[in-house]
Amino acid sequence: MKLPAFDYACPETLDEATALLAEAGGDAKVIAGGQSLLPFMAFRLAAPSLLVDLRKIAGLDGIEVADGEIRLGAMVRWRDILDSAALARALPLLPAAIGHVAHYQIRNRGTLGGSLAHADPASEFPCIAVLCGASVDVVGAGGHRTIPADELIAGPMETTLEDDEIIVAVRFPRWPEGRRWAFDEFALRHGDLAIAAVAAAYDMDGPHIAHARVAVMGATDTPQRVPPAEDALNGRAPDDDTFGAAAAAASAAIEPTEDLHAGAAYRRALVGTLLRRALAESCAREREAAE
Amino acid sequence: MKIALTVNGRPAALDVAPRTTLADCLRHALGLTGTHLACEHGVCGACTVIVDGAAVRGCLTLAVQADGAEVTTVEGLAGDGALTPLQEAFRRHHALQCGFCTAGILTTLHALLTENPDVEACEIREVLSGNICRCTGYIPIVEAALEARAAYRRGGDPAQ
Amino acid sequence: MTDGIGARAKRKEDRRFTTGKGKYTDDIRVENQAYAAFVRCPVAHARINGIDASAALAMEGVIAVHTGPELKADGIGDLIAGWAITSKDGSPMKTGVWSPLVTEYGRYVGDAIAIVVAETQAQARAAAEAVEVDFEELPAVVVADKALEEGAAQVHENVPGNLIYTWELGDEARTDAAMANASHVTELDIVNNRLSPNAMEPRSAVAVYDEAEDHYTLYTTSQNPHVARLVLSAFYNVAPEHKLRVIAPDVGGGFGSKIYIYPEEIACLWASMKTGRSVKWTSERGEAFLTDAHGRDHVTKAKMGFDNEGRIVAFHVDTIANLGAYASLFATVTPTYLYGTLWSGQYDIPAIYGTVRAVHTNTVPVDAYRGAGRPEATYMIERMMEVAAREMRMDPAELRRRNFIREFPYQTQVILAYDSGDFDAILDKAQKAADVAGFPERRAEAEARGKLRGLGYSTFIEACGLAPSAAVGSLGAGVGLWESAEVRVNPVGTVEILTGAHSHGQGHETTFAQLVSDRFGVPIDNVQIVHGDTDKVQFGMGTYGSRSGPVGMSAVMKALDKVEAKAKKIAAHTLEASEDDLVIENGEVKVAGTDRKMGWHEVALAAYTAHNLPEGLEPGLKEGAFFDPVNFSFPSGALICEVEVDPETGVTEVVQFTAADDFGTIINPMIVEGQVHGGVTQGIGQALLERVVYDEDGQLVTGSYMDYCMPRADDVPSYVLDHHSTPSPNNPLGLKGCGEAGAIGAPPAVINAITDAIGTDDLQMPATPMAVWQALAWARSPVAAE
Repeated sequence: MKLPAFDYACPETLDEATALLAEAGGDAKVIAGGQSLLPFMAFRLAAPSLLVDLRKIAGLDGIEVADGEIRLGAMVRWRDILDSAALARALPLLPAAIGHVAHYQIRNRGTLGGSLAHADPASEFPCIAVLCGASVDVVGAGGHRTIPADELIAGPMETTLEDDEIIVAVRFPRWPEGRRWAFDEFALRHGDLAIAAVAAAYDMDGPHIAHARVAVMGATDTPQRVPPAEDALNGRAPDDDTFGAAAAAASAAIEPTEDLHAGAAYRRALVGTLLRRALAESCAREREAAE
Repeated sequence: MKIALTVNGRPAALDVAPRTTLADCLRHALGLTGTHLACEHGVCGACTVIVDGAAVRGCLTLAVQADGAEVTTVEGLAGDGALTPLQEAFRRHHALQCGFCTAGILTTLHALLTENPDVEACEIREVLSGNICRCTGYIPIVEAALEARAAYRRGGDPAQ
Repeated sequence: MTDGIGARAKRKEDRRFTTGKGKYTDDIRVENQAYAAFVRCPVAHARINGIDASAALAMEGVIAVHTGPELKADGIGDLIAGWAITSKDGSPMKTGVWSPLVTEYGRYVGDAIAIVVAETQAQARAAAEAVEVDFEELPAVVVADKALEEGAAQVHENVPGNLIYTWELGDEARTDAAMANASHVTELDIVNNRLSPNAMEPRSAVAVYDEAEDHYTLYTTSQNPHVARLVLSAFYNVAPEHKLRVIAPDVGGGFGSKIYIYPEEIACLWASMKTGRSVKWTSERGEAFLTDAHGRDHVTKAKMGFDNEGRIVAFHVDTIANLGAYASLFATVTPTYLYGTLWSGQYDIPAIYGTVRAVHTNTVPVDAYRGAGRPEATYMIERMMEVAAREMRMDPAELRRRNFIREFPYQTQVILAYDSGDFDAILDKAQKAADVAGFPERRAEAEARGKLRGLGYSTFIEACGLAPSAAVGSLGAGVGLWESAEVRVNPVGTVEILTGAHSHGQGHETTFAQLVSDRFGVPIDNVQIVHGDTDKVQFGMGTYGSRSGPVGMSAVMKALDKVEAKAKKIAAHTLEASEDDLVIENGEVKVAGTDRKMGWHEVALAAYTAHNLPEGLEPGLKEGAFFDPVNFSFPSGALICEVEVDPETGVTEVVQFTAADDFGTIINPMIVEGQVHGGVTQGIGQALLERVVYDEDGQLVTGSYMDYCMPRADDVPSYVLDHHSTPSPNNPLGLKGCGEAGAIGAPPAVINAITDAIGTDDLQMPATPMAVWQALAWARSPVAAE
């Protein structure tokens, strides 16, 4: 479980960092918290020749809740998200999901940029980014670009980042007042990789659901929206029947993965159960808040 | 690579290979063998040390990443002589048997209780889920942590 | 103020462990240190055609690469099974040859092929990866019952059909006849899942060869350093015993996995001599999963016959036990004499018969893991009782009570004679502590929340304190199973206890000291326990099978008797009194009914100054003893588990767990409770989470802590514990042993509770959420579950 040998650089600017990555031509990896990369290297699933550490680069670690959007620097750690009162108000779904990330010690070091770049289908942050339509700002040797989160994730452990590109920030659109949200996750033990998880957000248009978004992770090979479940919610009353229909739609729509811990049929069933329960809780939360 | 860090209050200047984890650096370069390695893939928590106030996995932190940091290991919890209230509580509640996972659990709980001396049992269990103990069944560990809260509430750093 | 027998004395060892001052094998650094790494077989079965180490030898820091034929040429022996089992046809068992480094074939993924020695650990590991092994992959067999099928891959040429032995126990004709007349027969197919013990400290060895003295020292993670020395010397020819010192310093958990002498220790010792360097090897966790002995792995068909009043009339067992690629030290005895001899459970069963077929497969050797054979027996019997009660529509506790043994000693039909017990009393205590009467209400309340609540029992007995040397010898053991102790009283009255038992979490430094404190009134801080070093302790059999109390402490008691007798002689002489009138109280030797007395330290000093000793008495105060018990000890218990199952996700939550145990006399209740907590937690782990999985090619699938899931702090409930003591008549303290009870008793309690909750018995361990979900789906609609 010892790490393979590699070179290490700790540049102080993004220009230096991207230049190092460009020079290495795909043999280098960016290291932020290292909480996914280092286990991968310990298992020899990755053996980069060079690690480029971002820790000395200024400006990557802020949480800014502005009027139009929420900007999270790539080096924001899970711990920062859980501690942020502003985020808890502006985007409560995010800390609710991040509470399921691994363990205390990991949450003290793991970063959202690292999680996105790692693109583990069982990771919470990419799923929330996809659900919320977040934009990912990246910098490469050739300049800046912005990638919609769902276009960043190309497959399990696969992104559309170029070899020399570094994620610098993720921007979430601000939520309208009163948006409801739902999240639930199932893992064999708390902190284990998700076997299935669901996230949802919707607005109320009078008595009816509008702008519903539903996403699944852990059960599929990438975090993904589930349009049939969204269709089953939009225009309906937020009640058990509607939530049941959305759950059934999600179960039917996904193509579940299989592994040692869970088969496809089980994952399909879990996704339905989790979504139904999470949506019911989204209403219960609303009722509690009203009281 | 040359790094300089502070370990248990003492400065240390070292030359380490980039691949050296903080845990290996502490054990081998500094002889602080109280920090143990049991899985080296970030699950068991035996290697937990406190870096700039935060409990982290010593096997998932490179020594070079700790350049400039303040590190506390299990050896640094108690001053010379007396055990800390947390260590005493572990003794009183029989919260350790073979002792191998104990260092990582003590450092984890010390960081947690320092942050939040009012932490409840369910959160202690949640935090402890980042550590594996094969001997105790965990209950005495939770009880010891609950008991030690009082000392952390009294203010200051009871470990010093 | 002393910490005598029965005191909740805080542990002496905790000071060093809580401050990071423990000394484990990997913490040891010696002069001239080099590091070893092993080249391992990457496939489950392979013919090794050649090994090319030239690239590795050319790498920086590499000192040597050695292979199996070199060890063989130097006379290093093959690994042994310590217990010879005879098949029912009278033929001796057939086991494959296990060389420390293989010579022709690799037989499991991880089988050691070569040792690489280099200046640093990193260099050794890199070089091991650079050793080129030319091998031809052969067909492999992984699963126990498949190993016996026609046409299965053959693991060893000399073990036809992979069958090591077919062992039988009991009276077949009588059992068949009784079964034929039974008014109800319960049949069950049972899989006892394969486990990885996972002591948190990985195995490690530091081998030091001293050329000047032609002497070897081995620091190693061992539960029994003297046995290690004996085996390394007598069978592996590493060095004669007087030229080999084995030290097991602080050891971070064992659970059986550190009983055995593995290829790595042998190879490191030999390589140390060969290279003239100290050779250190520490397992990585991935390596541990591949090479530490696994546990359990039984497939069983069982049949139990009852009369019309629910009394057991016959019990029939047919088990296949997977021993893996080679027969490890205790592997052959675990599924026979540690398993079949417990088939009677707590019940008066008039006819029992069973067979065990042990097989080789292309997997890591399977050996004794916490409980060793007794968990397998208990799981089978206690599942049978619960299923039978359900089939006969009886209360499962009542069915057990109808069959409890009530007179002791009790001779079972399967060799053992139980020493003592009160099974009604422990079940009463457990039922009361678990509030069984209130269960229907709790179940209804859970149902209202959408949860299925179930309650399951396990009333178990186990044989501990491995045990009478003559008896085990007659059954095929290669060693005796006594224990030794030496008590040294120093001139200032402090005491050193040398014991052959080894502590790797059990707290011997405290509990053994409590015996002295109890006897002489010496504070436990004035008592030093010396163990784990063959140069200090003359001999001992080590710690496993819950034997440190019943056997190890008994040896200490015998030595203390001798010390006390001599101390009284000295004191009587000084005080001019009769020995018979002396009592030892609060650290003083007193003439009963007078004010004449001597301090304990004064007696000790008198023994060493020898200025005024009784005529003919030797100076000094030091005595040794060996204790060889006349029987095993038989701890028993009643466990009650309550679970809640989420029917939609299949998640099981253990909501209440009650254990009422009979461990005989208890020396330190705090430590005993800790053993129960830990044992039950491992048992819950087996029941709910843990399993070793190989794919059909023999590649280990569960090779990390992400895939091999052990219980964590938020997976276990609080435990309710109670005790009822019937002291064992077979040792001076009445001890029975407590280290394995939880792991033995817990799994059936958990599975009985889950199957009670979900209403189907079609469930095997581990009852993962998916397994429970599938069982529920299958029970509701067999077609839909497909």
